[in-house]
Amino acid sequence: MTTLAASALTVHFGHGDRGLTAVDRVDLEVPEGATVGLVGESGSGKSTLARALCGLVPAAGGEVLLDGAPVPKRHGGRAVDRRRRVQMIFQDPFASLNPRMSVGEAIGEAAAAGRGGARRGARREQVRRYLELVHLDPELAGRYPSRLSGGQRQRVAIARALAARPEVLIADEITSSLDVSVQSAVLNLMRELRGELGISMMFVSHNLATVRYVSDHLAVMYLGRIVEIGPTETVVSDPRHPYTQALLRAVPRLGASPAETAADVELGDPPDPHRPPPGCHFHPRCPVGPQAVPERTICVEQDPRDGAADRPHRTFCHFASSSPGRAPAVPPREEQFHVARDR
Amino acid sequence: MSEPSTSRFRQALRTPVGITASIGLAAIIVLAIIAPILWSDDAAKLDILAASQGASRAHPLGTDALGRDILYRMLVATRLSVTLALLAAGLGALIGIPLGAIPALVGGRIGKLVTGFINLSVAFPTLLVAIFVAAIIGVGARGAVAGIGIAIAPYFARLSQTLSASVAGSDYLAAARMLGVRRVRLLRRHILPNVAEPLLITVTIAVGDSLLALAGLSFLGLGVQPPQYDWGRMLSEGLSRIYVTPVVALGPAIAITLGALSFVLFGEVLAKAAAGGGAPRWTRTDLSALPVLPAGPPTGDGDAIPVPDVLAVENLTVSFPGGSVPVRGVSLEVAPGEIIGIVGESGSGKTLTAMAIADLLPAASQLTASRFTLFGKDPRSLGEAERRRLLGRSLAVVYQDPMSALNPALRVGRQLAEVSEVHDGLSKSSATQRAVDRLGSVRIANPAARVRQYPHEFSGGMRQRAVIAMGLMSEPKLIIADEPTTALDVTVQQQILQLLREVSTSGGSAAILISHDVAVVSQLCRRVLVMYAGRIVEELDVATLVIGPAHPYTAALVASVPTMESDRTQPLASIPGRAPSPYDDSPGCPFAPRCPRASARCTDLMPPLEQRSAGHRVACWHPLQRGAAGTPAGVAVEDVAV
Amino acid sequence: MTAAPASIGAQRNWWAGRTRSAYLFRRTARLLVSLALLLTATFFMIHLVPGDPVRAALGPTAPASLVAERKAALGLDKPLVTQYVDYIRDVLHGDFGTSMTTGESVTEVIKQRAPATFKLAGIAFLVAMFVAVPLGVLMAALTRDSRRRGVELGFTAATGGLAAIPSFLLAVGLVYLFAVTIHIFPVAGRAGFSSYVLPVAALALAPIAALSRIVRVEGLRVLEQDYIRTARGKRLPARIVYVRHALPNTLTPTLTLAGLLLGGLVAGTVLVENIFAWPGLGTTLVQSVAEKDYPTVQALAVVFGTVVLLANFAVDIALGVIDPRSTILES
Repeated sequence: MTTLAASALTVHFGHGDRGLTAVDRVDLEVPEGATVGLVGESGSGKSTLARALCGLVPAAGGEVLLDGAPVPKRHGGRAVDRRRRVQMIFQDPFASLNPRMSVGEAIGEAAAAGRGGARRGARREQVRRYLELVHLDPELAGRYPSRLSGGQRQRVAIARALAARPEVLIADEITSSLDVSVQSAVLNLMRELRGELGISMMFVSHNLATVRYVSDHLAVMYLGRIVEIGPTETVVSDPRHPYTQALLRAVPRLGASPAETAADVELGDPPDPHRPPPGCHFHPRCPVGPQAVPERTICVEQDPRDGAADRPHRTFCHFASSSPGRAPAVPPREEQFHVARDR
Repeated sequence: MSEPSTSRFRQALRTPVGITASIGLAAIIVLAIIAPILWSDDAAKLDILAASQGASRAHPLGTDALGRDILYRMLVATRLSVTLALLAAGLGALIGIPLGAIPALVGGRIGKLVTGFINLSVAFPTLLVAIFVAAIIGVGARGAVAGIGIAIAPYFARLSQTLSASVAGSDYLAAARMLGVRRVRLLRRHILPNVAEPLLITVTIAVGDSLLALAGLSFLGLGVQPPQYDWGRMLSEGLSRIYVTPVVALGPAIAITLGALSFVLFGEVLAKAAAGGGAPRWTRTDLSALPVLPAGPPTGDGDAIPVPDVLAVENLTVSFPGGSVPVRGVSLEVAPGEIIGIVGESGSGKTLTAMAIADLLPAASQLTASRFTLFGKDPRSLGEAERRRLLGRSLAVVYQDPMSALNPALRVGRQLAEVSEVHDGLSKSSATQRAVDRLGSVRIANPAARVRQYPHEFSGGMRQRAVIAMGLMSEPKLIIADEPTTALDVTVQQQILQLLREVSTSGGSAAILISHDVAVVSQLCRRVLVMYAGRIVEELDVATLVIGPAHPYTAALVASVPTMESDRTQPLASIPGRAPSPYDDSPGCPFAPRCPRASARCTDLMPPLEQRSAGHRVACWHPLQRGAAGTPAGVAVEDVAV
Repeated sequence: MTAAPASIGAQRNWWAGRTRSAYLFRRTARLLVSLALLLTATFFMIHLVPGDPVRAALGPTAPASLVAERKAALGLDKPLVTQYVDYIRDVLHGDFGTSMTTGESVTEVIKQRAPATFKLAGIAFLVAMFVAVPLGVLMAALTRDSRRRGVELGFTAATGGLAAIPSFLLAVGLVYLFAVTIHIFPVAGRAGFSSYVLPVAALALAPIAALSRIVRVEGLRVLEQDYIRTARGKRLPARIVYVRHALPNTLTPTLTLAGLLLGGLVAGTVLVENIFAWPGLGTTLVQSVAEKDYPTVQALAVVFGTVVLLANFAVDIALGVIDPRSTILES
């Protein structure tokens, strides 16, 4: 199968004072057959990154690589087929289905793209197969989206994406507009499909527990940058970036008293993404950064991604530690050395 | 054309207005075709002896200066009037629609330039532009059509621009692009079907407007020139004789009005059908036939439950005209200082229950309850002023979306201070002082500066803090928080929950926390009510919720949400099917169709909310055994029901 | 570092002030560009006339020497660029040339006639605003939450009908009713207060209908907003809910529409002036178009166009002052 990768991918919206760097030099890889979870809060740029990977928003810098080769930007010819290999499922199934096309027509169109033009009779059979694949009644093929429930629509959207026979599937907040009892069914379906079809997948969500449940790798995004990435279990059990640690503590847990989880989550409000803080974007809210330890000025001055390759964990933090929020007041020696070397 | 929209249009055209518009339009089209064939000669017949007459038997609408019959001329003029209007509207559409599509197709600087040009040209009144264009091209029918066509083009451009922008930005177009669908097909299958309908409707309305504008131009002598004549020209000729024979002006005036109205009305009927679609009609349900939840047996010993003097409701039902009953027989009690949680999915009735308690139900709804005591009084029995005083000082409400809950046009301080001004009679300055104090107490930094700001200068978390502070302006005995953290980020969510807890403990006020998220509710509350299809199906404490709820719905709800501890190798529990609509009044348990444990009894008979143990009530014929939530579903062995 | 939170407020205020002045700057720039476009368009107007405009104006029987003489007087024999520069310079000096039919100074004609038109349009605008806004708000308050279906139906039917009838037909009807049948007001002319009644009514009725409908719909939309529920949740008296919380939020769309309305009223005067023989710019316009008096038509295009642009500019500025969000939300 296929590897999808972003290399120093940057997406910029607007210009001047209203300008916004939604995705800031992101390196990310979706390995063959694996699921990468991308988690972040609103304004983190996770959806923009997903769209940029599909070529739906133009990159201001960097590139998207499919099997190591850049995806052509222009339409037509071979570019069309390379585009088809990466498909996306959108957050809102009420907006992602053309209201003027029946379920069968929508899936049929995608199937046509996937097979390079099959016969009409065969097309009908394909539509039927894909509807069954997502556990929908094939009779629904004649329906228009307005007659379907939210959960049914999202299944149709999944079936449409699969019908194009993609090699990489990008799922952007696909459960967040659904009701609780429907969400789990869609999550189960995604897991099942991954097992059956062996598709590489990127799963984008604001919900850490959901992302953890479906992903092999976990990337945490904050204000346009990936701050931590690693195997899901490692990131969840041993988070190194203070933001990841805070995010993990903030996940509401059944029956846990809020004192347990919330007492040390006092992050303040996220900054305006139009004017992200210099250096490490997280430093104004960071419990181990200059707010807590004033001599850690490097956080304000230097992007923690510089020199990150030299650090053991792929965490973009100058002072990454495994003990959440209990960093020593005075930085240890080696870190001071580290700072000096970086300069 | 898609199947649902055709039926919608057919339905819309069958309304009285639709029928009138259709008949009018049909009549005009028929007249435009046949009138010149039948009556051209009659309309041209000169009768100098009968010149400039008023209404008579021979000439019902009088005659013109050359003695020609005005009625015949009016009928014959239909063709020219309508044809010119069609041409003008067509020309406008032809220029405007492609122009408006440019920004979406090209984008960038050129797109912005075109958008700016459209915005500028829309500001110019149609008639003025038409006159100036007619002045260039030359006075006459051609000039008038061109003038009006060009003058209305900006309106088409504006519409086409917004439509194309919305389609171009749509997810379904993005999906089609990713499939590599070819441009021609994109246009034919994805773009045109979604823009054609509103554009056609606008063309129809534009024909009516052009008819009026053309009549206006002809009336001014700048349109159709003799010997040709249209309705506007005839009106202008008639007006000069309005003192002597008013009827000659009346005929053309009526023709113009009716002609234009038919097109405009027809267009609007279509537009209404396209926009609304309308909610499906539901059959009216007889409310009295609704199964009322039997009240559970009186609690054995009163020690377990504290004296409820904050809130007590029994059999609360909220219904809407048309047979929708989203809240059905809910009973709940809240003791002082207690925080209870209500959990349910969308449509479970949890928000309406809260709004019913807060006296904030929509006007159309109807509330019934066998008992309703809030702070020791029944709010229904109080007068308007008294109720306002009671609720205004003792009840605080926190809403789901802090972005829309604050008034964007008023400073935050104003919105807080007015509470104390109205209910505590504080002066403006001391009320503002209190607002600063309360904003500080919800940990908003620099409150003295913040009170002077508008809500859009606050972040989402700060707005929710401000809403909470608003509730604290007096000393509330009950805080109702309806999904207070749903619209917020996780890191902010915990802060708000923590704040709510602090506020409740330090002020000693009770609280009702409503959420779709079991985990959120379980963090803050000791007692949780689970709602499904407008009813409370289980009432339990958090410990029981964690160990294992008794109602299969509660169990499934808990198990279906992935947690940080979920086994990633196992599928999540899921609930098949969907919740019944609030119109549904089948007799059995509302969860029965989706329940793996349901028996015939469940579909026939509503289970009452029964006491199971202290503080644990459940409405189920086959409840789960303690700790059995995760076990495979089977019919319960035990049967605790009466 | 501890001072950081305190500085946020100040920073945001500074930012708000900056966006506002940037907004004013953008709007002024837009107005100037629009005016330049308008002048250019009116300049080319005369060159777009098919055939020879002077010949067309003077008629086929006019001697060739006269045509050439007029052309020279109008400067049409000079190179296009020179003509353009001259035109812009003259217009900026308030000189619109001389009429091709009467030989009078166009500027003088406009000076004479403009007051009558602007007075009529201005009065009609004020009447429309003062009637329509309170009416719309009242109707919104009365018919909120689908109450009083009868009142709603009557209002929408009446205003719908009125808005659909064009002002010139309405004028004819008014003349017939009030001047011909019962002689309360004069049929035509401009002499004293009573002569204003019918023209103003003819001009203002349709805008009143249209505007009050929009105000009602806007009012209903605002009354459904969450922040109105919040205001009710605070148990504020109905008066405060409507006046303090609902009304300011209906201003933005109302003002936007009012700008279009003002432009429309100036145009509406063209028809109404002709019916009531009102000695204003509208009658001049129709006459000059019919007589192909191009310099006058050109000048009137500049005047009417400028009025429309200024009206829109005024609304934009008013919006920027009243609604702090509009300066940020736009673009």
